[in-house]
Amino acid sequence: MPRYELTINGKQRKVTGPEDMPLLWVLRDLLSMTGTKFGCGAGQCRACTVHVDGEAMASCQLPLSAAAGKKITTIEGLSAKGAELHLVQKAWVDEDVPQCGYCQPGQIMSACALLAKNPAPTDGDIDTAMSGNICRCGTYSAIRRAIHRAAGTLAKSGSSK
Amino acid sequence: MSAPISRRRFLAGSGGLVLAFTLTRAGKAAAGAAPPANLESGGFLRIGEDSSVTLFIPEAEMGQGIVTSFAMIVADELGVPLDRVRTEFAPVDEKSFGRQITGGSRSIRTRYKSLRDAGAAARQLLLAAAGAEWSVDPAACRIDGGKVAGPEGKSSTLGALARRASKLPAPAQPAWKPDAQLALIGHPTPRLDTPAKVRGEATYGIDVRLPGLLTAVVERSPSFGGEVKRFDAAKAKAVPGVRQVVQIPSGVAVIADHFWAARTGREALEVEWNEPNASLSSEGISAELARLAPSGAEAAKRGDPDRALADAKQRLEATYEVPYLAHAPMEPLNATADVKADRCEIWAPTQAPGMVRDSAARICGFPPERIQVHPTFLGGGFGRKANTDYTDEAVHCSKKAGKPVQVVYTREDDMAAAQYRPAAYSRFLGALDAQGWPVAWVHQIASPSILASMARSKPAPGRIDGTSVEGAANLPYAIPNLRVTYAAADIPIPVWFWRSVGSSINTYVTECFFDELARLGGKDPLQARLRLLGEHPRHARVLQVAAEKIGWGKPAPSGTGRGIAVAECFGSIVAQAAEVTLEGDAPRVLRVTCALDCGKVVNPSTIVAQMESGIVYGLTAALQGRITIEAGRPVQRTFYDYPVLRMAAMPRIDTVVIQSDEAHGGVGELGTPPAAPAMINGLLALTGKPVRKLPIS
Repeated sequence: MPRYELTINGKQRKVTGPEDMPLLWVLRDLLSMTGTKFGCGAGQCRACTVHVDGEAMASCQLPLSAAAGKKITTIEGLSAKGAELHLVQKAWVDEDVPQCGYCQPGQIMSACALLAKNPAPTDGDIDTAMSGNICRCGTYSAIRRAIHRAAGTLAKSGSSK
Repeated sequence: MSAPISRRRFLAGSGGLVLAFTLTRAGKAAAGAAPPANLESGGFLRIGEDSSVTLFIPEAEMGQGIVTSFAMIVADELGVPLDRVRTEFAPVDEKSFGRQITGGSRSIRTRYKSLRDAGAAARQLLLAAAGAEWSVDPAACRIDGGKVAGPEGKSSTLGALARRASKLPAPAQPAWKPDAQLALIGHPTPRLDTPAKVRGEATYGIDVRLPGLLTAVVERSPSFGGEVKRFDAAKAKAVPGVRQVVQIPSGVAVIADHFWAARTGREALEVEWNEPNASLSSEGISAELARLAPSGAEAAKRGDPDRALADAKQRLEATYEVPYLAHAPMEPLNATADVKADRCEIWAPTQAPGMVRDSAARICGFPPERIQVHPTFLGGGFGRKANTDYTDEAVHCSKKAGKPVQVVYTREDDMAAAQYRPAAYSRFLGALDAQGWPVAWVHQIASPSILASMARSKPAPGRIDGTSVEGAANLPYAIPNLRVTYAAADIPIPVWFWRSVGSSINTYVTECFFDELARLGGKDPLQARLRLLGEHPRHARVLQVAAEKIGWGKPAPSGTGRGIAVAECFGSIVAQAAEVTLEGDAPRVLRVTCALDCGKVVNPSTIVAQMESGIVYGLTAALQGRITIEAGRPVQRTFYDYPVLRMAAMPRIDTVVIQSDEAHGGVGELGTPPAAPAMINGLLALTGKPVRKLPIS
């Protein structure tokens, strides 16, 4: 089986797996990084959203062979274990967003990608950027509030972290 | 609570177990059967010599916030800050917890008393120990901020007194703090599990990782009730990473090093099926329900509805229909099992760990005490994860493989695995008196029976399945002549509890038919309800609050319609008013106001969150949810053909929790029932056309 080198959360990782294995399962099953969630395997729910070269992507749709050489950030890479939360995660805590919480890593990764491009999104911008992400607990209003809150923090700090 | 650590490992690392309480479900301790016992394993609450306070949660956390609510109750009664309480999901332990099934919005209703008792008993014992230690009256001591304080500035940690406390007799009737001293219960409180969830560190069932863990993907019958005729595993076994292909009762499992290999192996697998039910179709099921409806058994009756119908000036007949629905939790079904020669461990996102254990015991041929269940966080449950079909598969696979195996359902597997909300058919006959007020109400229900499906038996003729008539047989309106009947249909598609169960169906049909009758009589739907709810002041109150909040009585904005609906279920009362519009042919809900009376309140902020959650769940189903049956199999398999409400369609929701001293009511399912009828009554107001069949699109 082929060997690949990936850059995940700033670290070089070597993995051996089939070339068509989606990045989602590389993370979850080969690297035991379970923060990125499996929801549908078809890019329809975005629970598996990660950043690939800074863009939000459904990791269930990216084969290992195509992920190799790319810069990948997962939910575990937003803030180091035990360290202070990323401002978007902080906003999620302040708005007490999660219910079951399963979709929230994907929601947060999508929101981070939105804010990186558009630090002051309107409700319409949020609808467009976040409507790929499903939440069966219906936390959409809380997610919207958290994104506005994070944007407010960004405006005050003038930086992205 | 982020890692699926075993109970033994947890105890070894807990810094000395000293004080433990075993209290059964509400009522038992009060009956004086068994006072809380010290130094016993199990139980709700433990206080260690390191002053650790550990609360065991015997209910499933599937988003409803039960971990936080339970911790609030104990922390408040004990007198420790909320962040001092460590929580862990409890193992199966009937002696401590009774039946462990999370469903029916029961967790607070059944556990509140036990949790208050556990906190109060611990506090009383620690204060008695402090009194003895310092030779003072325990009444002069108190626990505040997690420390024990006595006269003249005396102070101690909980841990330093725990051993002494554990030697004292436990109070048979622990005395609760007066309400005025409660600082957490009843106050909006952030959830304890949020930080782990936003870091991606919360462990759901599908995140369980064990040394040597294999993954199984199961090929199941394409139609309901099919069995394997023969299979050829050669090509599947040739896929790199596939270890084994084994037949289990539900199908053929491909067991591999990881999910991708298992899934790829399954695609190469060749299975032939015996399919006894391949002729089932939605059309056929509809026709069968319509045929059965007039022949049902009586679930409720008053007055003489036949005569009232015959005598009435105005009559209205209507039929309503709803489809099968999948639960579609974000975390697809999955379970992990490790079957050894003489014992079995199971890790699962389950609402019913006791059922999981008992079923595994039967499969393995072990006594139940040889089965250890480790409940994890649930990525949504909605009732689906109160079944054991998926945990049984993990046990079968691990038993065959001799290794730990995690069974993972793809989204398509999850949606096809049935245990659906039943389809249902309702025929109504209503009549108005000369003034336009309803005088007769006949409601004939036909649907598959959840209870019969659960018992894997044919429905008994004439037997009422309470889950099929809830929300219908207890119609709150004072209509003098009424009959509600129920006929169970014997259809070989497994049906199961789906968030709010029968109320998800019957609140829609009764509240929408009520609006049709009210409009026929020229009455305002709110005023008609209030007039007929004289004996139900709590219903009237929530209706008035929801109506006022949306501006009922003032003209609706141009191009919008307003609807309202009320429901009593799970020991609570809820009303919702909705403002809806049409974008082309597609309804759009702009706003929902929700008022609920769930009695006494533990955490108002999780109640508000649960109402939003329940409303989104109900609107999703009404707008787009349908499982269609063709050739005995479900047509919809993904979020593409089973669409769910997304961010852009989210209405504004305003929720009012009514101050109430009534007994605790359920919350987790409460938001769902009125959502569909409030929206559809709004569409009726807007267009004049009733919606009698769901989904709308």
